[in-house]
Amino acid sequence: MLNPYEPYPVRIDEIITETEDRVLKTFKFVFLNPEDEEKFSYKAGQFAELSVTGQGEIPIGIASSPTEKGFIKFTVNKTGKVTNYLHQMKEGDIMGVRGPLGNSYPWETLEGKNVVIIGGGFAFTTLRSSIVHMLANRDKFKEIHVIYGARSPGLLLYREELMAWEAEGDIKMHITVDATDDPDWKYNVGFVPTITEEKAPPADDDTYAIVCGPPVMIRFTQPVLDNLGYAHDHIINSLEKRMKCGIGICGRCNIGDQFVCKDGPVFTLEQLNSMPGE
Amino acid sequence: MKVIKIDQKDWDEGLGKLYDEFRLFGPVKNGDIHQFQPLTKGELPDLNFSNTRLSVKSAVYPQSQVMFEYNLDEKQEGHHIMKPASFDYPARALLGVRPCDAAGFLIAKKNFDNPDYRDPYWCESYEKTTLVGLACDSPSTNCFCTSVELGPYSEQGLDVLLVAVDGGFQAKVITEKGEALVTKAGWDKNGDEKVIEHQREKAEKRVNSAIETDKLAEKSSKDLFDAPFWEDMAFACLNCGTCTYSCPTCWCFDIQDENQEDQGIRMRNWDSCMSPLFTLEGSGHNPRPLKFHRVRQRFMHKLKYYLDKYEDGIMCVGCGRCINLCPVNIDIRKISSKMNNYQP
Repeated sequence: MLNPYEPYPVRIDEIITETEDRVLKTFKFVFLNPEDEEKFSYKAGQFAELSVTGQGEIPIGIASSPTEKGFIKFTVNKTGKVTNYLHQMKEGDIMGVRGPLGNSYPWETLEGKNVVIIGGGFAFTTLRSSIVHMLANRDKFKEIHVIYGARSPGLLLYREELMAWEAEGDIKMHITVDATDDPDWKYNVGFVPTITEEKAPPADDDTYAIVCGPPVMIRFTQPVLDNLGYAHDHIINSLEKRMKCGIGICGRCNIGDQFVCKDGPVFTLEQLNSMPGE
Repeated sequence: MKVIKIDQKDWDEGLGKLYDEFRLFGPVKNGDIHQFQPLTKGELPDLNFSNTRLSVKSAVYPQSQVMFEYNLDEKQEGHHIMKPASFDYPARALLGVRPCDAAGFLIAKKNFDNPDYRDPYWCESYEKTTLVGLACDSPSTNCFCTSVELGPYSEQGLDVLLVAVDGGFQAKVITEKGEALVTKAGWDKNGDEKVIEHQREKAEKRVNSAIETDKLAEKSSKDLFDAPFWEDMAFACLNCGTCTYSCPTCWCFDIQDENQEDQGIRMRNWDSCMSPLFTLEGSGHNPRPLKFHRVRQRFMHKLKYYLDKYEDGIMCVGCGRCINLCPVNIDIRKISSKMNNYQP
């Protein structure tokens, strides 16, 4: 019988330290049973439970894109018991991945539309997945803007890719940092809400914003998008909660009658407005 | 459905025959209380009880349960790979289940067996279980099953309903599972449904307490969530979790890995929304940091979120345990009335 709690066994293929503070590492996994890769068919915006055998599971957004084959990858912030242990693990180690879980960004709605991605800090993982997905299907989307900020240049995720996307020009990149003393820094300096105010495209029925970042960024970006005239059903958020089962059964990640793990993690702001304010 | 009659002697003998095919569980007296326990061969359930201290849910959904086994020794084949614990559960019969508790399984089933995911541990265990109910002739003062579309003679979720009469039982055989069980036990004397109906009417009149829920569906979750009474309602709460553990419908669980040297198990344990750890995130953020947030979650889940999600009544069978056992007298009936009559 299909057991939704059973992880696919994977091998850690590569570990990349992403940020200068070394608390973010990207783990690239290869499925031990090649046929599992097909079963793990996902969309950008979904997440998975990383199962560190003997330690527990953690829900992490999928950072690779469905258009990238042969591996899946996740960027993990060193925070608690399981993530601390995972950060000590080595390439070649065996663990598990359970998923894909949750809904995704609404790709059917977004096709043929302008998309502005607004991200901050380490919440850029499923946004990376989305950007790679859109670049691989570039003709299906109109204009794509990406506004991404971190506190300093050394804390930006996927730096080389960001620079490459900026150079290629298929999408309008607006990389920013809160502050830097690097004299060669040639991108923006300023908080994400400020850069959004300056660079985000005007709102219209064909333009959707995907916003994903720390609470403080979301709180100050929201009024900017309101001023720009973005309708709340055109603003898309991805939420986080403590999770265990990831399939809407264990009971802890609800907001009202919606489970963030199963009914989300992606909700429009309009949906969130109608839910209890947890 | 057929009605049979089981004389006391046939009951005792029949149970003897059932031991070969079923693991039997029944109420056993333990000090002042009754508990559901596995019965050893020859042991008879003690049916002289009001209700068991804890509901019978743990017979299907144990408080702790192994989900997977693994080994961490890199020299061994398949190390670090989760191996599911066996689902090959033996057939079981639960004897003397009160109708309220049986209905609790139907509520939990909506969670564990839903259109998107099927929890194999719960489902396999439930499917292997035959529920032999015992109608309730003397409901306690805090029982309110008749106001949640059940009753002391409710058949919902039961395979057989026993009705105690002088010298034995009249019984309704409700499902095929029930039929198989009574056949195995050799209970085949014709019964009299009129006797059952007569007793049912009397028993239903003895349920004197009620919960008010008629206006909950039309209220907005957001309004109820923001209602001003939650801090008051939660003031005395100790967050002890007794209500959640004793509830036949509470289903929340936690998953933990436990290691002993190179061997380990991934297990699940009942969890409680009363605990701050239930929602504490790795960052330190907790969406329900305060006691009243957690109390609000419990009652909103039972009386509003569940009702909205499944459109099939509230997540409560009226057994009264949370009222009887709460150390500070928090009463779901009072809270439901507050919610039901709330005008923002």
